Amino acid sequence: MSDFPRWKYALVALVMLFGIVYALPNAFIPLPAVQVTANRDAPPIDQSVQQKVTAALTAQHVVAGEVSVQGDHLLATFANTDVQKSGADVIKAALGDGYTVAFKLQSTVPGWLRAIGARSMPLGLDLQGGVHFLMQVDENDVIDKQENSYADDIRSLLHDKSIHYESVARNAVRGQGIAVILRSADDRTKASDAIANEYTDLLVANGPSTGDRFVLNATVKPEKLRDLSRNTITQNLGTLRNRINALGVSEPLIQQQGDSRIVVELAGVQDPAEAKRLIGATATLQYRAGIGQPGDPAAQQAAQSGNIPPDANLFYMRGSQIPVLVSKRIIVTGNELVDAASGVDQQSGTPMVSVTLNAAGAKKMGDFTNANIQKPMAVVYVERVTETKMVDGKEVRTPKITESVINDATIQGAFSKQFQTTGLASPKEASDLALLLKGGALAAPVDIVEERVIGASLGQDNIDKGFKAVLLGLALVLLAAAIYYKLFGLVADIALFFNLVILLAVMSLIGVTLTMPGVAGIVLTLGMAIDANVLICERVREELRNGSTPHAAIRAGYEKAWSTILDANVTHLIAALALTTMGTGAIKGFGVTLMIGILTSLFTSVTLTHAFTALIHGHRKLKTLSV
Amino acid sequence: MEIFNHDSNIPFLGMRKYSIAIALFLMIASIVLVATKGLNYGLDFNGGVSLVVDYDQPVQIADVRAALTKGGLDHAVVQSLGGTREVSIRMQPKDDVAAEQASGGKVNLDRISDDVLKMLQATRQDAKIKSHEFISAEVGAELRSDGTVAAVFVILGIMAYLWIRFERRFAIAAVATEIHDVLVTLGILALVQREFDMTVLASVLAVIGYSINDKVVVFDRIRELFRMARKAEPEEILNRSINNTLSRTIITSLFTGITMAALYFFGGPAVHGFAVTMLIGIVVGTLSSIFVASPILLWLGVSKQDLMPVTKENPELARRP
Repeated sequence: MSDFPRWKYALVALVMLFGIVYALPNAFIPLPAVQVTANRDAPPIDQSVQQKVTAALTAQHVVAGEVSVQGDHLLATFANTDVQKSGADVIKAALGDGYTVAFKLQSTVPGWLRAIGARSMPLGLDLQGGVHFLMQVDENDVIDKQENSYADDIRSLLHDKSIHYESVARNAVRGQGIAVILRSADDRTKASDAIANEYTDLLVANGPSTGDRFVLNATVKPEKLRDLSRNTITQNLGTLRNRINALGVSEPLIQQQGDSRIVVELAGVQDPAEAKRLIGATATLQYRAGIGQPGDPAAQQAAQSGNIPPDANLFYMRGSQIPVLVSKRIIVTGNELVDAASGVDQQSGTPMVSVTLNAAGAKKMGDFTNANIQKPMAVVYVERVTETKMVDGKEVRTPKITESVINDATIQGAFSKQFQTTGLASPKEASDLALLLKGGALAAPVDIVEERVIGASLGQDNIDKGFKAVLLGLALVLLAAAIYYKLFGLVADIALFFNLVILLAVMSLIGVTLTMPGVAGIVLTLGMAIDANVLICERVREELRNGSTPHAAIRAGYEKAWSTILDANVTHLIAALALTTMGTGAIKGFGVTLMIGILTSLFTSVTLTHAFTALIHGHRKLKTLSV
Repeated sequence: MEIFNHDSNIPFLGMRKYSIAIALFLMIASIVLVATKGLNYGLDFNGGVSLVVDYDQPVQIADVRAALTKGGLDHAVVQSLGGTREVSIRMQPKDDVAAEQASGGKVNLDRISDDVLKMLQATRQDAKIKSHEFISAEVGAELRSDGTVAAVFVILGIMAYLWIRFERRFAIAAVATEIHDVLVTLGILALVQREFDMTVLASVLAVIGYSINDKVVVFDRIRELFRMARKAEPEEILNRSINNTLSRTIITSLFTGITMAALYFFGGPAVHGFAVTMLIGIVVGTLSSIFVASPILLWLGVSKQDLMPVTKENPELARRP
């Protein structure tokens, strides 16, 4: 006389099976491993590399689990992180600079599970150790660059159209555009038309005129600026991805957050300084026309007197105090770089960076070198650091740009698309510079505004504690429910246990990163999931008190409790939804966990318990209920 | 097993003058506390540098402080992270003058971390840095506004749902109680000066979810009883609803409380704040479900007519002309 349809039994059984299968991968603890990939110039990974690694590990008495070639990389597994560390050192020493050696956690999930898409939950940094950076793109810089380049363009446009102007300059306030001052109203109309026709991204408007000064204001359209900052983020994301790939970190997380921020999380990275140096530094090259030689009298005099020619900048040679004058005219910037690779210069034997330019850059470079053979050309290295100062108790960050000349050489012959920069101090500096340049010069500088480094031991600690808290919380609720609601409590216990299993399964399947706040969310879900069962049990008790027969009490209990459970869960879901909209990772993880937990608990505590209750009580004549 | 007398008929509504007065007082006191004493915002909101240091042997907080003062870090905040071997050190990056100068004003987390470790190891060789982080204040400010927006979104969303599913008065009563719960929870956090970080913010938002759950259960019963009763005296119906659901309200709070206690005692320092806030929220939310929400509903003048569904119970009837 069970009123529980057969298809629902099947559904419950299926969902339980799904839960077990897809939660299972989390039981396989990943092995610490070292991953070796070949750099561009090194011979590819093959059996000989494998033999070399195995031999080196044996020679140094480092016990490796398995050393195997997997596609284009080599993987060596180790018993624990200590051995992993010494293993990595040994491998690095044995293979030399041609290979990137990185830490990795190798999944031990069996193939048949992976084949059906089951995988373990990725662990957050707080559970695994690693580094987290939040970087902010400097949008002011984007505006500056735009306005400067438009100012140049307008100047040459007016020049080409033979419109006389008094000045073309950016307004003092950033984002207020470019002020063009002309000599007559007629010129102003002509200039206005010319600019509006040529540069559709500019808004042109007449400004207040005084006497014979006719002002024209050209501002960059807001939608263009929005576009630009969106592009900037995309470009920076790509650049960072390249740079981080060069670090050899497995599974890095590089994500856009909001309009102008980028999150970078590198799990398992044990030397954050190296990662930070590469990620945080923004360096670019500028090829500029040179004036004289480093340290020549003109430069010395300019340095002493401070009288710098108007068309020149006074810089110093990198790593020394030798002054050098460099023209303000930039021939090619890092933006126009396509590729850069380090190597050794055949002639001088010094480290060098070989640079490839894009078409636009190549044309400019070709034009310049053609006309300036035997004249100097300087390579300016522009490095950007961010200064943090406290002003009135508030943090004020000001970017500081350091420019130094790394090379001031005579142009030996005309070149355009491909050429070499020599004169770098060490092979390491050459390879660092090449790496930075290869990543594509950043369109706008980024600052690290948040940085977290979590030791691997703290991560393990958190896993242990989180695991304990979940198990203990679960055990206590299971016990309390069984004592208070007897048989119905035990059924609720089964539901609660499967709620945990299905919750883990769904989280694993979606690929939610497990963090400590996520663990807190799981524990909270367990505590609150029992609420639906409490509602049902209390209802059943009530119905029994009101004189219903056991079967009628069960039916009425589930029916009447349902609307309450639904309302309570929907409102709770609204709250969880709000949490997931918060931009910050930790809260988001918690919100997602809570949301999935509410949905799974709705199923387990109502449908699943109903199935079990029906199964237990369905075909028997009952006098009493154990509730 | 039953702890509660199922026939209980405690006149909760009879105490409404007192309970509402107390609730109002608590709300005002909380606002005053948050305004004057303020929340003890953590690193996530205020920015700065935070280090977690691990010792092999137990250590006194005072010794750690002394070692830092000796090294020139007078303003560092040293706290125990539960247990005697783990401490957290918080400071502003500018406090480490040498590091700031060396890096040209840029925050050099590795350098600061090294400096602190050197100071600590001067007296205790067994000190180890477990984790270090730097967060700019700007991110925190955004987090704060995000949190406020999220809270407003939750409250409006819940209000809209209850308005549709129940009735206007229920929505208003629920939201008013909700605001009470959040304010009092924040007030208590301000009173005990517990550190307010990102997990605590998440917890406060979760408290909203938990406590609305509680209210909805009572409201559901009120709706049901109103619809069933032939002669519906609001005060009596409301009182009966609270009593009928009392057992469930308290048992659920206990069960959730148990899990949060487990989290507090075994989950480690990373989730301490979360668990404590949740525990506070559970107590406040449970009490307000019993003593505050229904009196507001009564005061708003809820009646049987408001809750009689026309289409819900018998759709055929409604379709007939």
